[in-house]
Amino acid sequence: MTSVLRPRRSRTLTAVMALYLLYTLIPLAWLVISATKTQPDLLSTPGLSFGGVFALFDNIGQTFTYDNGIFLRWLGNTLLYVVVGAGGATVLATAAGYGLAKYRFRGRQAVFAVVLGAIAVPGTALAVPTFLLFSRLGLIDTPLAVIIPSLISPFGLYLIWVYAVDAIPDEMMEAARIDGAGEIRIFLAVTLRQLAPGIVTVALFAVVATWNNYFLPLIMLSDPNWYPLTVGLNQWNAQAIGAAAQPVYHLVITGSVLTIIPLVIAFLFLQRFWQSGLAAGSVKQ
Amino acid sequence: MTSTVGPPRIRVGAVRARGRRGWIFVAPFAVVFALTFLAPLVYAFGLSLFRDQAFFGGTVFVGLGNYTQALADANFWDAFLRVLLFLAVQVPIMLLMALIAAFAIDSARLHAAGFFRMVIFLPYAVPGVVAVLMWGFIYGDHFGLAADLNHLLGQDAVQPLSANWILTSIGNIVTWEFVGYNMLIFYSALKVVPPDQIEAAAIDGAGTLRTIVSVKLPAIRGAIVVATIFSIIGSFQLFNEPNILRSLAPNVITTYFTPNMYAYNLSFAGQQYNYSATVAIVMGVITAIIAYAVQLRGQRKER
Repeated sequence: MTSVLRPRRSRTLTAVMALYLLYTLIPLAWLVISATKTQPDLLSTPGLSFGGVFALFDNIGQTFTYDNGIFLRWLGNTLLYVVVGAGGATVLATAAGYGLAKYRFRGRQAVFAVVLGAIAVPGTALAVPTFLLFSRLGLIDTPLAVIIPSLISPFGLYLIWVYAVDAIPDEMMEAARIDGAGEIRIFLAVTLRQLAPGIVTVALFAVVATWNNYFLPLIMLSDPNWYPLTVGLNQWNAQAIGAAAQPVYHLVITGSVLTIIPLVIAFLFLQRFWQSGLAAGSVKQ
Repeated sequence: MTSTVGPPRIRVGAVRARGRRGWIFVAPFAVVFALTFLAPLVYAFGLSLFRDQAFFGGTVFVGLGNYTQALADANFWDAFLRVLLFLAVQVPIMLLMALIAAFAIDSARLHAAGFFRMVIFLPYAVPGVVAVLMWGFIYGDHFGLAADLNHLLGQDAVQPLSANWILTSIGNIVTWEFVGYNMLIFYSALKVVPPDQIEAAAIDGAGTLRTIVSVKLPAIRGAIVVATIFSIIGSFQLFNEPNILRSLAPNVITTYFTPNMYAYNLSFAGQQYNYSATVAIVMGVITAIIAYAVQLRGQRKER
């Protein structure tokens, strides 16, 4: 007998889902296989078969050395934007979400309404006015132009808010107050640990958003030395077109693979945390 | 049922007297938020009320003149109707695929469900730019899979970058990127459907499909509404995919292919900052109205 909650496994369903799996994986397989080819092989051999030479390591070497190693510089920029931008976003969202969940103060509802409204405002629609504003402030073409807008994560604030309401009992805060702890000390010593799964989730999604960010750095930066990987890769790709075309398809492809790997690893290793964090968020939705 | 999106409840015992200290925690967020969200919004609205003077230089106050111009602008409507069509076709397909995947993984009938969940989610970790570059190569007739397929068939049967197919091709990229993300939202919501409700349905003789339709689907309505709103916003903001593919299909993808591309190109190619801000605001208002309407409708059906 199989119960309702533990029914027999179905081969048909597994087969149908496997088709979907192929749709997900074939483009990635194409990308990884292409990263092992030389540029001539790339143009002459079928997409899903390997070329005459296994050139992956050669391609990786070229990716890091092409144009005086600008790829390494872009990687460093991306890391800078991720650490400061996504890190800052996590700190701000955690503190604010906690403050909104556990304290009652005038304007609390207004903050909530404004932040939810902000989620609905098209982020890219804000980009042009932000660019104009930042150019008046002299921030254009500096890392700050990319970092400052990355510091705000309305979704992160919402997630911490719903998480904190239940994760931190009022009694725990009261007990700490009786022990003479101030509000900031309570936050640092008592609540941060309780919020950990929520914080990991917010951090991970902020890291993905910053790592993958394209539109914002595209409009804020014109100096290639400040580009993140995304903008840089697209610039390499665009290089193949025009009068002085210098196609470096094999580098664009290898660079793309190198750009994906860190995030995939982060998601795989932190799976347990972010899935529980997301589940907690969805209970309240 | 729980409400869709609303302020989480606060315990009655929350300390009113200490309430004001809550601002210590909220203030840093609020300051940066004001600088990056509110200030640009106000600035954009200010910009939208002025117009450059062609001959004399400087700007002149035109009131709502830019707005009447935008509402009569054929390029703007062309872009708007294109994303509307995109939204009407792509969003239902993507969300339906995500729902089916979530139900399949949640059904406990799947072999290696954890593996499926992880792989289907994988594209979300791929940067949008990389996803578009990758699909762009695959679509291309130089060395992509489309070229291989045409070679195999001996004719130019597959033309993903032609005028007739470009919107479908973009829809495919967006679907590939976001099915997994939406699947995860639905799956997280499914995991917390009380097991006794599902058992009760089974005792009443409901089969798998019937249980999905009458127990699970209503239980995750909130998640579906949220995913729909995010997808609608995403469609109206469509930019990265067409903008990057433009280098492959410059004659098919215009500078006003989507409203966002129009606003971008008005600013950065045309230096028409005032009009660009107007287009951005009009799109923002339309998006907010539609997102709000979807949320209201989602809530009403719950009762």
